[in-house]
Amino acid sequence: MAQQIPLVDYLVLGDDPHLVANECTSCGARYFDRRNACARCEGTDFKQVDVPTTGEVRAFTIVSFAAPGIPVPFVAAVVDCEGTSVRANLMNVTPDPEHVTTGMKVRLATEVIGTDDNGTEAVGFGFEPLGG
Amino acid sequence: MASASEEVWVLGIHMTKFGKHPDLDTVDLASQAVQGALADGGVTMKDMGVIGAGNLMGGALPIGQVVQKQLGQTGIPVYNVSNACATGATALRVAVMSIKAGETDMGLAFGVEKLAGAGLLAGGSRKSDNNEWTPSGRYGAVAGVDGRIGTETMPGVFAQIGMEYGHRYGGTSFELFAQISEKNHAHSTLNPLAAYTKKMTLEEIMNDVMIAYPNTRPMCSANCDGAAAAVVVSGSKLKTLSLEQQKRAVKISASILTTDPWEEACQVLPDVNELTRRAVAQAYEQAGVGPQDLNLVELHDCFATAELVHYDNLGLCERGGAADFFKSGATWRDGSTPVNVSGGLESKGHPIAATGIANVWEVTTHLRGEGGDRQIEGAKVGLTHVIGLGSACGVHILEKSAA
Repeated sequence: MAQQIPLVDYLVLGDDPHLVANECTSCGARYFDRRNACARCEGTDFKQVDVPTTGEVRAFTIVSFAAPGIPVPFVAAVVDCEGTSVRANLMNVTPDPEHVTTGMKVRLATEVIGTDDNGTEAVGFGFEPLGG
Repeated sequence: MASASEEVWVLGIHMTKFGKHPDLDTVDLASQAVQGALADGGVTMKDMGVIGAGNLMGGALPIGQVVQKQLGQTGIPVYNVSNACATGATALRVAVMSIKAGETDMGLAFGVEKLAGAGLLAGGSRKSDNNEWTPSGRYGAVAGVDGRIGTETMPGVFAQIGMEYGHRYGGTSFELFAQISEKNHAHSTLNPLAAYTKKMTLEEIMNDVMIAYPNTRPMCSANCDGAAAAVVVSGSKLKTLSLEQQKRAVKISASILTTDPWEEACQVLPDVNELTRRAVAQAYEQAGVGPQDLNLVELHDCFATAELVHYDNLGLCERGGAADFFKSGATWRDGSTPVNVSGGLESKGHPIAATGIANVWEVTTHLRGEGGDRQIEGAKVGLTHVIGLGSACGVHILEKSAA
């Protein structure tokens, strides 16, 4: 199997792919980016926590017009993973309003987005319908 | 000299025609707006004690000083401000705060933008995908994320904001959002300064090019050229001016700026709600009025999906009731709370830095009774609202002069 690297460093690959967040040890606020401090409580101590891999679509849009080079249409969404909100595309779903609804249950999925000159695959993530 | 409890009034104000101005550059448009505002107020650059200036997309030049070099270099302080789509409101607040602080008794604010023909204004932050994956940035991304991890485009972001409201409270649909756009395009037919003044049917709007569901092209703010400027004056200085100037002056009963406070998910999908609620709560308290007192509202309909959530955020309806409120007809120009009688950003246009002063011009025009065909009869109190994504919210409440 080719060597793999995650699209972003908060995606953990392996047998059970999942997202990780930086959680403020003082107030519990969660972030996906590198932190200087907590924007909620000003704490500076964080621990890495696993984010649940299933959730519910809280908001979505079907993007038909994007910057050059970005394939359309695609479904962009905010998924509520048991209290942690995640921004992601929806995968393995027909991108039209008959097939995508707020409130739909989804689970994390991954896909290879490309291979570099060393043969390393970059792996991205999205959410797909549960039982779909 | 002014004091902290000093009242601040709009003395003169002007908005250029919004649209395509291929023969005018940013300085020409700003100059038109500034000269118009000075003439409207019966004053000159020599009377100004401060300038707040905004231009977002024009590059690194200090637009305030560039305009001074055309219209009058008097040596006064200039604050060039940048606050996304709240830039114009921020420039106005700089002039208001200078008067409140007692540093001057008269000030100028302007915003200008050249945007005709511009496409998407955000998104596409994809570096060219590398020959070797190398993590970089605060997410350690090895490739561009726009389109791979959601969307960075404004139509897409604000689509989700409207969809989330619908998910939480119900009552929304593609058709409902399109009806909001239908209203604003209908309103624009009475505004000769709007970029687009064409009435559109619901069917035309829904069948137009889809940009980011549920926002089709006419449901998105119109990129265009334009400028707006305002001269503000302290209450005590105003008393020394002519009766005519006093009669046409409009009181700024509240001038508020907020940013988005931390909330769960606010760094995942930008939150335009809580900062608007906080801004308007402060504004109502400062002005001593409530939403029921408003004769007209110009709010930030950068997309049809955004207008809906702001009915609720501004307290025009009860929490969760925005869809029913719109369906009641309340926000049409003959309704109980006319919203965006100018045509709004969807048809009047959205030259970004000008918007937060252009909406004050619209309300001021009605409060003066100078609205012509689109005058809201008997208007005494109005509210303006802008959102700059990132986020900043500017709210101004304006009241008719008793003089």
